[in-house]
Amino acid sequence: MRLNEMKEGQRGRILKIGGESRLRRRILEMGLTKGSEIYIEKYAPLKDPLEVTVRGCHVSLRVKEAAEIDIEALTDY
Amino acid sequence: MEKRQLRIALAGNPNSGKTTIFNNMTGTRQKVGNWPGVTVEKKEGDIHKFGYDMKIIDLPGTYSLTPFSIEEIVARDFILDENPDVVIDIIDASNLERNLYLANQLRELDCKVIFALNMADVAKSRGFKIDAPKLSELLGVPVVFTVGNKNEGLDELLKTALELANSPLEIPEERRVRYSNDIESAIGELKDFIKLQVDSSFSYNIRWTAIKLLEDDKIIKDRIREKIGVQSQHILSKAEKLRGKLSKRLDDDPEIVMTDDRYGFIAGTIKEVISTSTRHRVDISRNIDLVLTNRFLGFPIFIFLIWAIFQTTFTLGAYPMEWLNTGVGYVSAFFEYVLPNSLLKDLIVDGIIAGVGSIIIFLPNILLLFFCIALFEDTGYMARAAFLMDKIMHLIGLHGKSFIPMLMGFGCSVPAIMATRSLESKKDRILTILITPFMSCSARLPVYIVLAGTFFAAHAGTVIFIIYLFGILMAIITGRLFRTVLLKGEDAPFVMELPPYRVPMMKNLLIHMWDRSKMFLRKMGGIILVGSVVIWVLSSFPKNIQYSKDYDAQIRSVNQSYEQQTISGKEDYDNRIIQQKDALIREISIAKEAERAEKSYIGRIGKAVEPLFEPIGIDWRGSVALLTGFVAKEIVVSTMGVLYAADDAAESDALQNALLKSGMTPLSALSMMIFVLLYIPCLATIGAITRETGSVKWTLFNIVFTTGVAWTMSFVVFQGGRLLGF
Repeated sequence: MRLNEMKEGQRGRILKIGGESRLRRRILEMGLTKGSEIYIEKYAPLKDPLEVTVRGCHVSLRVKEAAEIDIEALTDY
Repeated sequence: MEKRQLRIALAGNPNSGKTTIFNNMTGTRQKVGNWPGVTVEKKEGDIHKFGYDMKIIDLPGTYSLTPFSIEEIVARDFILDENPDVVIDIIDASNLERNLYLANQLRELDCKVIFALNMADVAKSRGFKIDAPKLSELLGVPVVFTVGNKNEGLDELLKTALELANSPLEIPEERRVRYSNDIESAIGELKDFIKLQVDSSFSYNIRWTAIKLLEDDKIIKDRIREKIGVQSQHILSKAEKLRGKLSKRLDDDPEIVMTDDRYGFIAGTIKEVISTSTRHRVDISRNIDLVLTNRFLGFPIFIFLIWAIFQTTFTLGAYPMEWLNTGVGYVSAFFEYVLPNSLLKDLIVDGIIAGVGSIIIFLPNILLLFFCIALFEDTGYMARAAFLMDKIMHLIGLHGKSFIPMLMGFGCSVPAIMATRSLESKKDRILTILITPFMSCSARLPVYIVLAGTFFAAHAGTVIFIIYLFGILMAIITGRLFRTVLLKGEDAPFVMELPPYRVPMMKNLLIHMWDRSKMFLRKMGGIILVGSVVIWVLSSFPKNIQYSKDYDAQIRSVNQSYEQQTISGKEDYDNRIIQQKDALIREISIAKEAERAEKSYIGRIGKAVEPLFEPIGIDWRGSVALLTGFVAKEIVVSTMGVLYAADDAAESDALQNALLKSGMTPLSALSMMIFVLLYIPCLATIGAITRETGSVKWTLFNIVFTTGVAWTMSFVVFQGGRLLGF
C-alpha cells in the first residue's frame, strides 16, 4: 500500500520510493529510506499534509508526495 | 609561527543549534550579507582567541550536500572552492542518525572536519549516551561535545579546530563510506579512469569526484568541463556508461542505492556508539503538538497567535512609531530654526527629512515583526504553521510558509516582503513577493477612509471591506496565473522536518531582529533618500511661478485692514478679530499653495498624464495625488488636501467638502480606491522587492504589472459602472 493510505497511529516499513529525482532525494535525505520504519503521527486538520516519525524525527510531507512511497503495514506487538 | 587568519566554516542541519553556537562564538561582531549572486544570507564574524585571528563563517543549514537547493550549493561551493582551514559540523546529538548523513558527506569531501556533538544534555535527558571516542575512532574525525545554549565546550571546539588547522591533512582510510560491492567497483573503475585523464592541478578529491559523477551531479559535471576542457568528455561519457550499467544491475538509480548505503553505514555506526538506557523516552514535542496541531484546536490557536503578532506589530508598534514621528518633527523643526532660508533648507527639511522620516517611522513595526517571526522560527512553531496552512496556500500554488508574509502585507508590505526569507524555494519566494503588495497595507487605509467616507457615507465600512477582499482575490488570481505561466514547473518538495520545540534564546532573537532592521535601514535608506529628493524637486520647482492672482498683496491688505481694529484693549474682542484675520490669511495661502502645486513640475506631469487617467474617472488632481503616492501611500491624502485646496488634510470634513464640490462621483471614487489598492507599490516596497528578489527585472515587472492591473480594473469598474448608469 501507499503511505497516504495509512491511518493515524499506524506503523509501517518503507518498501520503495518513487517520484521525480529531486523529490526522491529530498525524501531520502530526511531519513525515509528503504527498509526504515515509519509511524503515522497525524494528518493536518485539512487532511493534507501528514506528519510521520522516522528515525526519531518528525517529518511532514504532502499527501501527493506520500503517494510516491510504497509501504507495508506493520502490526504492533 | 606564521600569523594569519584562520577560516573556520560552520556546517550543520537546520535546527542543530548552529546559529546559537555561531552567535556565542562571535557575539555582536558579525557581518551579515548575501552569498554572491543569491539571496541566501551569509554571516561571518571575526574573533581573536588563543593568539589567533579567526574568521567564523556560518554556512546555510542543510540536510545534505546535493545540488538541489541554493543553500546546499552555496555550502558545498564554499567548502570546495574557498578551502576553509577547518569545517566544523554541528550535529544535534539527540538526533544523531539523521545528522550523520550530512556529516558523512562532509567526511567524503577533502577537507579538515570536526564534529561538534551539540545539545549533548538533551541527548542525555532523552535517555541515550554517545560514546564520543568510539565515534571519533570509527569515523576518523575529531569529536567534541558542546552545549551551545550554555556556552559549554566552545573553547575546546576552537582549540581542536586550531590543532587540526595546524596539522597536515591526512585522510585516514576509515573515513570512507563503504558502498555495496557493485558501486565500489564502479567507483574504483571510474577513479582509475579519471587519474589517467587529469594532472596534479586537479583540485578535487578523485574518489569523491567519481562518486558525484556516478550520482549524476550536474554541478560537478559542469565544474569538470570548466576545469579540464575537452578531456572531460571522456570522463563524463565513461561515468554515464558506468551509471547505465549500475542502474540495470541494481534496478534503481545509483544515487538512490548510494543514499541507502550511507544510511546503512550510519545505522552501523549508531549501533556501536549509542547506548540507550531503559528509561522510557518522553517525546515532549509530540505532546505539545497534540494541542498545537490538533484537529480542532490547531487552527484557533494559529489564528490567535497570528492575531497576537499583528497586534504586537501594529498596535503596540504604534506607540514608538508616534514617538519617532514626534522625533522627526523635532529634527525638522530644529533645521527649520537653525538654517537660513534657502533652497538647501527646503531640500533638507521638506525633501530629505520629510521623505526619509516618513519611512523611518516603520522601524518599530519591523523590529517587532521580526522579533515575533524569530520567536516563531526559534521555537519551532513556524514549521507547524506551514503544516497547518499548506493545504490552503497550495491552492494558490504556494508553500504553507507563504501565509505569514502575505498576512503581514495587511500591515506593511516592507516587512512582509522581508519575511519571505523564511521560504526555502526561490520560486515560492518570488511569487510571494510579487503578490504580497495586493494585500492592502495599512498606509492605504487613510485613502479609503477619506474617499469611502465622503462618497459612500453610511456604507463606507462595507465598501472598504470589499476593497480588501478584492485585493485578496487579485492576489489569488495572479498567484495562480504566475504559477502556471511565469514560474511554472514542479513545486519544490514540501517534505520538511518538524523540529523539536525549543525554548528560544533571547540573544538569538535580538541578533536576528537587529540584523533585519540594519538591513532595512541601510538598504532602504539609499533608495528612499533619492526618491524623496526627486519627488521634492518635482513638486517644488519651478520657483518663478506666474500666479493668476497676487496672493501676497491680498495677504498684505488683509493684514492692514485688521491692524486698526485690533487695538481696542478688550482681550476677548481682540482675539476674535485675530482669529478672523488668521482664517482669512490661511484661506488665501491655501489657494496660493494649490495654484503653486498645479504649476509645479509634478502638477504639469499630472496634467500631462490626465488623458491616461480620464478613462478611469480620475482628474489631474487625483493623478498628481497618485503620483506622489509613489513615495508612500499616505501621501495621497495630503496631496489631495493641497490640490483640492482643502483647509487641513487632517480635518477630513474640509477635504470631504472640497471633494464633493470637485465633481468626483461615488463611481470615480471607487475607481480611485481600486487604483490605490492595486497600483505600483510605494518606494520602500520597491526597495524591498529589489533587495529580496535580487533582480531589477522582477522589480520592473512588478511595477509594470501592478500598475497595469490597477488601470485595467479601475477601467472596468468605472466604464462598466457608467454603462450600468451609475
